[in-house]
Amino acid sequence: MTAVDDLIRDIGAHYCIECGKCTTVCPIANANPDFAPRLIVVKAMAGIANVALEPDIWRCMTCETCSEMCPYNVLYSEFIKGLRAEAVSTGIVPVCSQHDLMQTMMRMMATPGLQQNRLGWVTPDLKIADKGEVFYFTGCLPQMSTIFRDQEDVNLLGIAQSAVAIFNRAGITPVVSNQEVCCGHDLNWTGDEVNFEKLMRINLDLIKNSGAAKVVFTCAECLRTFEIDYQDIAGDLDCELLHISEFVDDLVAEGKITFDGVEEKVTYHDPCRLGRHLGIYDAPRNVIGAIEGMDLIEMERTREKSACCGVSAWLTCDSIAKEMQLARMVEAVGTGSDKLITTCPKCQIHLRCAISEEMPIEREKADIPIEDFTILVANSIKTGGESHGK
Amino acid sequence: MEPKIVAFCCKWCSSAGADLAGTSRMKYPPNIRIIRVMCSGRIEPSYILRALELGADGVIVTGCHLGDCHYIAGNEQALKRVEMTTELLETMGIDPRRLRLEWISASEGARFASVMTDFVEEIKKLEPSPLGGV
Repeated sequence: MTAVDDLIRDIGAHYCIECGKCTTVCPIANANPDFAPRLIVVKAMAGIANVALEPDIWRCMTCETCSEMCPYNVLYSEFIKGLRAEAVSTGIVPVCSQHDLMQTMMRMMATPGLQQNRLGWVTPDLKIADKGEVFYFTGCLPQMSTIFRDQEDVNLLGIAQSAVAIFNRAGITPVVSNQEVCCGHDLNWTGDEVNFEKLMRINLDLIKNSGAAKVVFTCAECLRTFEIDYQDIAGDLDCELLHISEFVDDLVAEGKITFDGVEEKVTYHDPCRLGRHLGIYDAPRNVIGAIEGMDLIEMERTREKSACCGVSAWLTCDSIAKEMQLARMVEAVGTGSDKLITTCPKCQIHLRCAISEEMPIEREKADIPIEDFTILVANSIKTGGESHGK
Repeated sequence: MEPKIVAFCCKWCSSAGADLAGTSRMKYPPNIRIIRVMCSGRIEPSYILRALELGADGVIVTGCHLGDCHYIAGNEQALKRVEMTTELLETMGIDPRRLRLEWISASEGARFASVMTDFVEEIKKLEPSPLGGV
């Protein structure tokens, strides 16, 4: 039994009936006829060649559009993840955008004993603690905010500030830690299992020592990594993992926060990690619906059929990704909304990237302000106070 | 342990400056490992991080003086990138003094030697890199 054989068994590829639905819905296959998810599985099962060496395994965005359609629930993204780890173990080095900057940064964070300075965004009006019931996991927002500081209007630190402002407004002082490290999502999806586990151990120890019963995330990728990948390796965590939209949804239901009326039309982009990977579709919609006067207009491709932002784990930035991002922006403009709302900082970065440069269509067809869900919520909460969003 | 320092030098100015320092028999410490690139604008933030990750105690990026770039504005890109990387290092908990940007022209052999001597001395004052030996 080779590693690839194990993988085929684990993901349930033997149930594949070769219906080809995965290839029909695959956004990459639609743009590039040479790419076919089904073919990769079939090749692996036939044992024709070592599929871990195929370049195509690096082009998949692991957006799980295929899994959503698969009648036999073959876990395609897990298959790709496993193949990548296998490829790396044979010495293949993945080619990542930004010349591997993100992955290098994450590997460096796995070094024990680094005294980070990641809390520069905590303004004096925000109350945070070292120990407490609720842990707010900021993820890579401080680093990404530096790396993407040239992107206009990308207010990544505003996401973290808004999250803490929401907690404070609900009477909660969240734990925010200077020792927190990257969740390792991108290393996990580029086959670096060793450093991924190092990061995981640091984060899990940190959360355990904080005594938190709930961990809240503003990043869809971090949540997916904790919920699925950490628990796969480290067993069930004894704390509740929540996305900020779920947390706010509960607060609204308990009447702990109320919103000011805002006359605004917004549309919501489901990130693949939050939607298809974790099945969280309703919580953000409930919260937006609870804001008086705010009108949520759905795009054509929404919920399970949501379009992908084109890039995952900094692997797949190319002309196909750009086309997909632009198509998504055009769709958002088509709803006639004032803003596009998303819950994933990376979706925001990638979608903004498509409209930040020259584009093959007229600008007004694709240019719509993008705002993070957390900032939208913090700015709509009743009674004044500091506002951190734009 | 002697510190290891990676120096990125652009082909048109700084590495010519290094050559001049050498042919003029000027002395500077042997801790510097020069990597010649076509332009300082070629230096990606990830190259700097990678050098530190692999155990370098300091990284120095050198290029033509502003306005003198062989490719018109490559060094302006280098300036932006090094500023960004410095901020990133600070957030990550790596002493930003480990990264330096200097403009050294082809005629400044003496300046090349003195900048390198100065940088090595400054790095020697710091603790060994927390990433050393990774």
